Amino acid sequence: MSDKVLMKGNEALAEAAIIASCRHYFGYPITPQTEVAAYMAKRMPKIGGTFLQAESEIAAINMVYGVSSTGHRVMTSSSSPGISLKGEGLSYMAGADLPALVVNVQRGGPGLGGIQPSQSDYFQATKGGAHGDFHMIVMAPASVQEMADLTVKGFELADKYRMTAMILADGTMGQMMEPVSLEYDIKPMPEKPWATTGTKMQRGHNIINSLSLVPEELERLNFERYKKYEQIEENETLYEEYMMDDAEICIAAFGIAARVSKNAVNEARRQGIKAGLIRPITLWPFPSAPFKKASERVKSFISVELSMGQMIEDVRLATECRVPVTLCNRVGGMIPSPEMVLEAIKEAAKNGGAR
Amino acid sequence: MEYKRLTLVCGHYGSGKTNVAVNFAFDLKKQYSNTAIADLDIVNPYFRTKDSREELAKAGIELICSEYAGTNIDIPAMPQQMYSITDDRTKRVIIDVGGDDRGALALGRLAPAITAENDYEMLLVINCYRPLTRDAAATVEVMREIEYAGGIPFTAIVNNSNLGEETTREDILASFEYAGEVSRLSSLPIKCTTVHDTVFGSVAGEINNLFPLKLQPKID
Repeated sequence: MSDKVLMKGNEALAEAAIIASCRHYFGYPITPQTEVAAYMAKRMPKIGGTFLQAESEIAAINMVYGVSSTGHRVMTSSSSPGISLKGEGLSYMAGADLPALVVNVQRGGPGLGGIQPSQSDYFQATKGGAHGDFHMIVMAPASVQEMADLTVKGFELADKYRMTAMILADGTMGQMMEPVSLEYDIKPMPEKPWATTGTKMQRGHNIINSLSLVPEELERLNFERYKKYEQIEENETLYEEYMMDDAEICIAAFGIAARVSKNAVNEARRQGIKAGLIRPITLWPFPSAPFKKASERVKSFISVELSMGQMIEDVRLATECRVPVTLCNRVGGMIPSPEMVLEAIKEAAKNGGAR
Repeated sequence: MEYKRLTLVCGHYGSGKTNVAVNFAFDLKKQYSNTAIADLDIVNPYFRTKDSREELAKAGIELICSEYAGTNIDIPAMPQQMYSITDDRTKRVIIDVGGDDRGALALGRLAPAITAENDYEMLLVINCYRPLTRDAAATVEVMREIEYAGGIPFTAIVNNSNLGEETTREDILASFEYAGEVSRLSSLPIKCTTVHDTVFGSVAGEINNLFPLKLQPKID
């Protein structure tokens, strides 16, 4: 029998978290991520873990804060409106330098929006996520396999850098089913001498807190945290290039938009148009380098997004507006079709880079 | 394939119930002009029978389904016409029930009429490549939960073991031992083995009661 299993993205993510030694899950149901909670509810009691349906998203993220303080791997998941509710907790965790994995399976917005897929929480995820100066490591899976792989990686990075890693999926990634292989070589969790595990009268108290009484001290902590962010930008950026060697039109897309775009690139190539794709896998840190490099050669960029154009700003920054960057998008729960992206490629090829 | 007046399609979440149910409806329509498919899913707002509404309408198969299915209104709504399933005995109906015991709860209201009429099949769709039903014991556990919630005992098994588009001949053949074990543990017969029509040819002749399936369209 095949060692692969047929899983929904949400289920694969949940199982990968368990494989990565996460034994504590706190959440609140919301479509389209409910399968994460449902899966954890079934699995956690069987392996001695904690599944707790909190009374709200705010309660759940604060439970994550608590468990993380004790040094254990912990996660929560939600969808767009629920992530907004978790915002305060995310900021507190950043201020207390606590690691955790947070999952956002995005749906159409703003407001309650709808339950169909979206990527319109890009700004929220990559530009902080809540009040104060901070970042989360943000990763965007484009397959069910990546939902699992990036979850394992997310826990490792979160612990390594003592910060929140976010899986920013879209509803499609959460809901679609694909065969996956969940074989991982899990690295031992790093030592956490900062955790509140009891002093045993052997050391001073560890204090987990995001409140700073002295402004100079708070400033110092912010500067130190941003030095850490610089290291992450240098070492942890992930992206995929597809047919970029000789590309003249470059698509920027992540998640489901990248899968659709890949089909469009293939069709464009068949029609003799040199199209390529750069797919950011980490959205923060954003893979600016490959975009900058491509901008020295390609005629134009097309940002394909399930939003009103959010990542496009990072593409423009990375390419220093050297060549035109246009938007090809659907919103409100709609997904651009390969044909729509192909039309955008043809239009860009026709204009030959003219604005 | 032979059908009773009512064919209930139940199983674990994501076992392929809706796809199986839709394919059964097309098969049933070849035998009975007055054929309907009923979507009683109160669990999942996505991947609904309604996604096939155009093909069903073209084939003249009545679709009994909540008007909210496939919309942004994420509520566990039952179709207005649900009682026609049991009241109108002139039609044959494939009933697509939601996943797991939570989905089978929707049967509660209809179960007394269905069992009283006693012209039904209660089918358990199984897939050994789903993570929570990898072995027969776990599958039978899910089966008992569904029976308890739905109030109707199962009568047969549909072996729908698959890995989506990657399913190979070997994957299907390897699922036989599992399906046989589920059959043994549950004392239920295997009604059929459902196989995507692209691999149908590679296993035809090797398996009894093979039923070809057309997968629903992919997203990208």
